[in-house]
Amino acid sequence: MSGIVLKAENIHKSYGGLSVLRGISFEVKRGETKVIIGPSGTGKSTLLRCINQLSPPDKGRVWLDGVEITDPKVDINKVRSSIGMVFQDFNLFAHLPVLDNVRIGLTKVKGMEKKEATDLAMEELQRVGLRDKASSYPAELSGGQQQRVSIARALAMNPKLILFDEPTSALDPELIGEVLNVMINLAKEGMTMLVVSHEMGFARSVANEIIFMEHGVIVEEGPPQQLFSNPKHKRTGEFLHKITELYGESEK
Amino acid sequence: MPIDKLILIWQSFPSLLKGTLVTIELTAGFLSLGLILGIPLAFGEVYGNKFVSAMIISPFVKIFRAIPALVLLFLFFFGSASFGFELSAFTAAILAIGFRSSAYQSQIFRGAIQSIGVGQMMAARSIGMSKLKAVQHIILPQALRLSIPPWTNEYAGVLKDSSLAYAVGVTELMRQGRYIVARTFGNALLVYFVCAVIYFILVYSGNKFLGFLEEKYKIPGYEIKKRPRKSLERI
Amino acid sequence: MNFFELAWNILPALLKGTVVTLEITGVSISIGFILGILLALGRVYGNKFIYLLTTTYVEIIRGTPLLTQLFLLYFGLPSIGVMLSPLLAAVIGMGLNSGAYQAEYFRGAIQAVKSGQMIAARSVGMSKFKAVRYIILPQMLRIVIPSWSNELIYLVKYSSLAYMIQAPELMAEGRLIASRNFRTFEVFLVVAFIYLVIVLILSKVLDILEKQIRIPGLEMQAV
Repeated sequence: MSGIVLKAENIHKSYGGLSVLRGISFEVKRGETKVIIGPSGTGKSTLLRCINQLSPPDKGRVWLDGVEITDPKVDINKVRSSIGMVFQDFNLFAHLPVLDNVRIGLTKVKGMEKKEATDLAMEELQRVGLRDKASSYPAELSGGQQQRVSIARALAMNPKLILFDEPTSALDPELIGEVLNVMINLAKEGMTMLVVSHEMGFARSVANEIIFMEHGVIVEEGPPQQLFSNPKHKRTGEFLHKITELYGESEK
Repeated sequence: MPIDKLILIWQSFPSLLKGTLVTIELTAGFLSLGLILGIPLAFGEVYGNKFVSAMIISPFVKIFRAIPALVLLFLFFFGSASFGFELSAFTAAILAIGFRSSAYQSQIFRGAIQSIGVGQMMAARSIGMSKLKAVQHIILPQALRLSIPPWTNEYAGVLKDSSLAYAVGVTELMRQGRYIVARTFGNALLVYFVCAVIYFILVYSGNKFLGFLEEKYKIPGYEIKKRPRKSLERI
Repeated sequence: MNFFELAWNILPALLKGTVVTLEITGVSISIGFILGILLALGRVYGNKFIYLLTTTYVEIIRGTPLLTQLFLLYFGLPSIGVMLSPLLAAVIGMGLNSGAYQAEYFRGAIQAVKSGQMIAARSVGMSKFKAVRYIILPQMLRIVIPSWSNELIYLVKYSSLAYMIQAPELMAEGRLIASRNFRTFEVFLVVAFIYLVIVLILSKVLDILEKQIRIPGLEMQAV
């Protein structure tokens, strides 16, 4: 297998005449963490959903490990089971205890034996530090804990890559750190991640590359160092300046 | 109470109980048919083809809710005869009120499904579940839990509506009462009062049982925000 | 005679019944309205005894079928020497019945009026009675409209039960016609159609009414 896990080419998407994505192309290499930044309403979340086809793109193609997944002949459910997704508002299955949230994909999608699935799920919960919450229900957890469970749910499927859609935006400030720490560890362990985030500290310290998007196109792409200290485009500099003022750089 | 009235009640009890049994059978039939049809109707309305929903499901629901139960009973009972297959009064009643209940129940389930955030479906699809699996494992279990409080109302509603089967000759509780009244002249007040007490006990114990189910299957921390307000409205 | 000729022929008689149906509905919803407000006030503001009394009434009525209640009034009361005409029994029965349900809507609506309203009314020197009369009730009535509309439509449909105690309303008219021409199914198709039209028109009218007299911010969350 080549070093490129995900390749997107010329992705277009519009909703009701409003074009949200206007020709997005990029690649994510194995083990790489790529962070997408940009003003809100710029199509970042839509882009993630176009990748795992939760909203199929109008035009453009996506490859996962060299296989084109925008091909209508591909079993998209199978593809999705190997692309993790972490949502802004967690979306844990409200009627299931934590353990079942992590386990249900294994038993119902992968058809794994319950015993094996339980062991694996517990392992993933251990990884995000929530083994002792296995029997709690989502509503009994803090936002940060819920988000860590949702990361465990994604991890359990042994994904080739995980998409993070503003994973800390719905969290109270004091809970952001615990989620970012889990993500930092994943990056260190070599998980391939595509992250939409406003956490500049995280982007700066963890990302291999940053993509700056605006108005449905990629304005600039490059290593954090380059974007922060020497952006090629004026807009990139302006945005980074503004966002850093707004959110700070606590995670430097 | 004079002793002869007590004796009358005592003697009428077996036939009233027989009627009660039929009333319970009717109620169970209405609810089951309503449930079996109501769930697919609800999912059809929410997730199904827009055309099917607008042209078939929605008119079905509207019509069955707008026509009085008694008229539906007559249509099914006399209609079957004029179409050449005679339904028994009992079957006609089950079909008429059962279909009607399916219209009401579909609205209960639809409300419950719609109160489940879209994120649940998206998360289920994101781990690779098919739409069907997502509905089966994620949406339906939540929808059914959320439906218990309004469903309790539906139970009481169709139990009370089962008395209308009297009109097409089903020997349910009210008709057994009527027979006793006819046999023993001048006891209508007493006999119908006993009928009312029996209905009350059925409604009350059913509510208690469903309340117990609701408690048993509640999801910790979830019910307060998400549970639809217990509907006071009758149907 | 085909169906449409039949329908055309029996329409005048059925419409006569329809008028009675609407009269029964109108009178009983009014009785229920007054009773309902009294019961609701009793449940919210009454002392322990009144609360118990009104609650018991509401629970008993809601826990038993309307048909049983009508039979008790029409067939039962003569046992103790009280004879009611079918129409009177129907409107009293349906009024008493509807009162219990309306009480529940009103109670919910009163409780939906913000508690600050009562405090504010008392703080400008209103008595409790005046506060209820001028501040709480007007707000409650607007909040209650959606549920109340439902009740009106319910009563139109359930006024058909008056047929079972021989009141000459739409159902009874239909039954009478069917007993002469033996085309029961077709007759009741027309009856069903009439109910359908009444219910649809009524829902539309109530919908418009609701929008007309709505006060911004004074809606009850979907019941």
